[in-house]
Amino acid sequence: MSILNYLVLSGILFAIGGTAVLVRRNAIVAFMGVELMLNAANLTLVTFARMHGDLTGQVIAFFVMVVAAAEVVIGLAIIVSIFRTRGSASLDDASLLKS
Amino acid sequence: MFVAPHIEWAALSPVLILLGAAVIGVLVEAFVPRGSRRLVQVVVAALALGGALVAVTWRWTVVQQDGPSSLVAGALREDAPALLFQAILLILALLALLVIADRARGEDAFTPTASAIPGSEYEGQARRAGLAQTEVFPLTMFAVTGMLVFPAAADLLTMFIALEVLSLPLYLLAGMARRRRLVSQEASLKYFLLGAFSSAFFLMGLALLYGYAGSVHLADIATAVPLVSGMDGLLLAGSALVIIGLLFKVGAVPFHSWTPDVYQGAPTPITGFMAACTKVAAFAALLRFVYVVTPGLGWDLAPFLWIVAILTMVVGTVLAIVQTDMKRTLAYSSVAHAGFLLLGIIALDERGISGILVYLLAYGLATVGAFALVTLVRTKDAEGNLVGEAGHLSEWAGLGRRSPVLAVCFALFLLSFAGIPLTAGFTGKFAVFGAAVAGGDWPLVVIAVLASAAAAFFYVRIIVLMFFTEPATGEDGSATTVVRSEGLTAVAVVVCAVGTVLVGVVPTAVLAVAAQASKFLL
Repeated sequence: MSILNYLVLSGILFAIGGTAVLVRRNAIVAFMGVELMLNAANLTLVTFARMHGDLTGQVIAFFVMVVAAAEVVIGLAIIVSIFRTRGSASLDDASLLKS
Repeated sequence: MFVAPHIEWAALSPVLILLGAAVIGVLVEAFVPRGSRRLVQVVVAALALGGALVAVTWRWTVVQQDGPSSLVAGALREDAPALLFQAILLILALLALLVIADRARGEDAFTPTASAIPGSEYEGQARRAGLAQTEVFPLTMFAVTGMLVFPAAADLLTMFIALEVLSLPLYLLAGMARRRRLVSQEASLKYFLLGAFSSAFFLMGLALLYGYAGSVHLADIATAVPLVSGMDGLLLAGSALVIIGLLFKVGAVPFHSWTPDVYQGAPTPITGFMAACTKVAAFAALLRFVYVVTPGLGWDLAPFLWIVAILTMVVGTVLAIVQTDMKRTLAYSSVAHAGFLLLGIIALDERGISGILVYLLAYGLATVGAFALVTLVRTKDAEGNLVGEAGHLSEWAGLGRRSPVLAVCFALFLLSFAGIPLTAGFTGKFAVFGAAVAGGDWPLVVIAVLASAAAAFFYVRIIVLMFFTEPATGEDGSATTVVRSEGLTAVAVVVCAVGTVLVGVVPTAVLAVAAQASKFLL
């Protein structure tokens, strides 16, 4: 199968993730969009590793997974603390800061 | 077949010292009794920053003798610009640490327990018991570790990891304010979501550049630029995405929307720390990426960078003029400064590197000092109880009569922001604008000078407000008061003020050191 298919798929995933962050109003769903973007980048990395025939891309994908896990810990901590304060994780409610 | 890399422990010592201090800080949380925890944390953090500064100075002498070198199989590069950026970072972090550690009136700027629901009984108990969230110090040390790696990163993976190591602690620190905790948590959420969003862009750019060059080393990508043909789309898109990821951290328009909210909501000592240090680290990485990778595609990226720089200068200045909150004004002013600094990036000239170094030192000193002073100006209600920091600009009216020293220092930092001669800001602006002219970007310099003139208007307006306006008392009997610092903030402010004046009055020494740094990067 052509390598291009994987790149197109990762492009689509990246776009879906980006749209989710910008459009969805729930903090958790927006955060899932970010995770989708990271995984789209992972797919790109692995595809290019196959194309170049070296392991760097695959190793980087592992690094990204670890970073994503750390990010989940921080992100959920912040979202949970906000949820306990307000009883909602909606981004529209979080609008105390306005210019 | 993997070959174990040779690790140059001595050259890594500044980073290792800070990382060690951060880990020790976590252990201190677990094993040291509560009463002495705070003192131990402050001492460990201060010693680590001082030790790392000594180590950086030592590496500077080594690099001056032996020339720049690659570390850990090419993951890091030890050269003069990297070491100077690290030195500036450590100095600013040390000053910011003093402000973070200060307890004016026995209270620091952080919530007693970040996990407690704001306004709950549990939070009240924690406050009465005198608890303190001393995890602030190890978190700060982790952030500084990431910042130290950032200017030296010679491949995109190291840069990405450093970006995350410096960002993740800052997301948490932004949500720990003692007062106005809802706003603080909201700032933390916004910073986190937009920061994670931008690092996803950075990562996608990394992946595309890897596809283009078959390597993530900046030097390998740079050599591939003239050789590999037919994949220009990957190269351009990859470079643009990486630059966007970095511009988010810098706070350049149109990637600046988090800046005012986070600067306003975060605890003020943390705002000063991240406004100064994150900007230094992010500009160092941006500088290395642009100067090493993209000279070969200057004409393709130049329009993008020009538009971003012009928008950043104009939008930052205009929005700073219309703000009514002190921290938001300073936030938009920092956006405008990011625009001025971008001139040195676009210049692609050797003088751009030294110009940015001087500008960042000047900007960092004034920023840490200004936010340190903001922590001391508080509002008190009719009964004389402290309510919180005096955020609104009108509350700063007449401050020059009651606290002349504070007002004079604040005015000095504002003048330095404005770039008035005999302050550090003038030296920095002169160096960066000079580099941009040498790089042939004189239209940008014209816009920058006009924006600086407009910016001077609102800095001077604040000075007039402080010295020539009657102090206002609110309708509910609230008034503005200045609390005495424990001494640490005062030391930080004095050092920042002296540094600002010195770099402004005798700039030759600083400029000479910075000029040495422009030799190796290219």
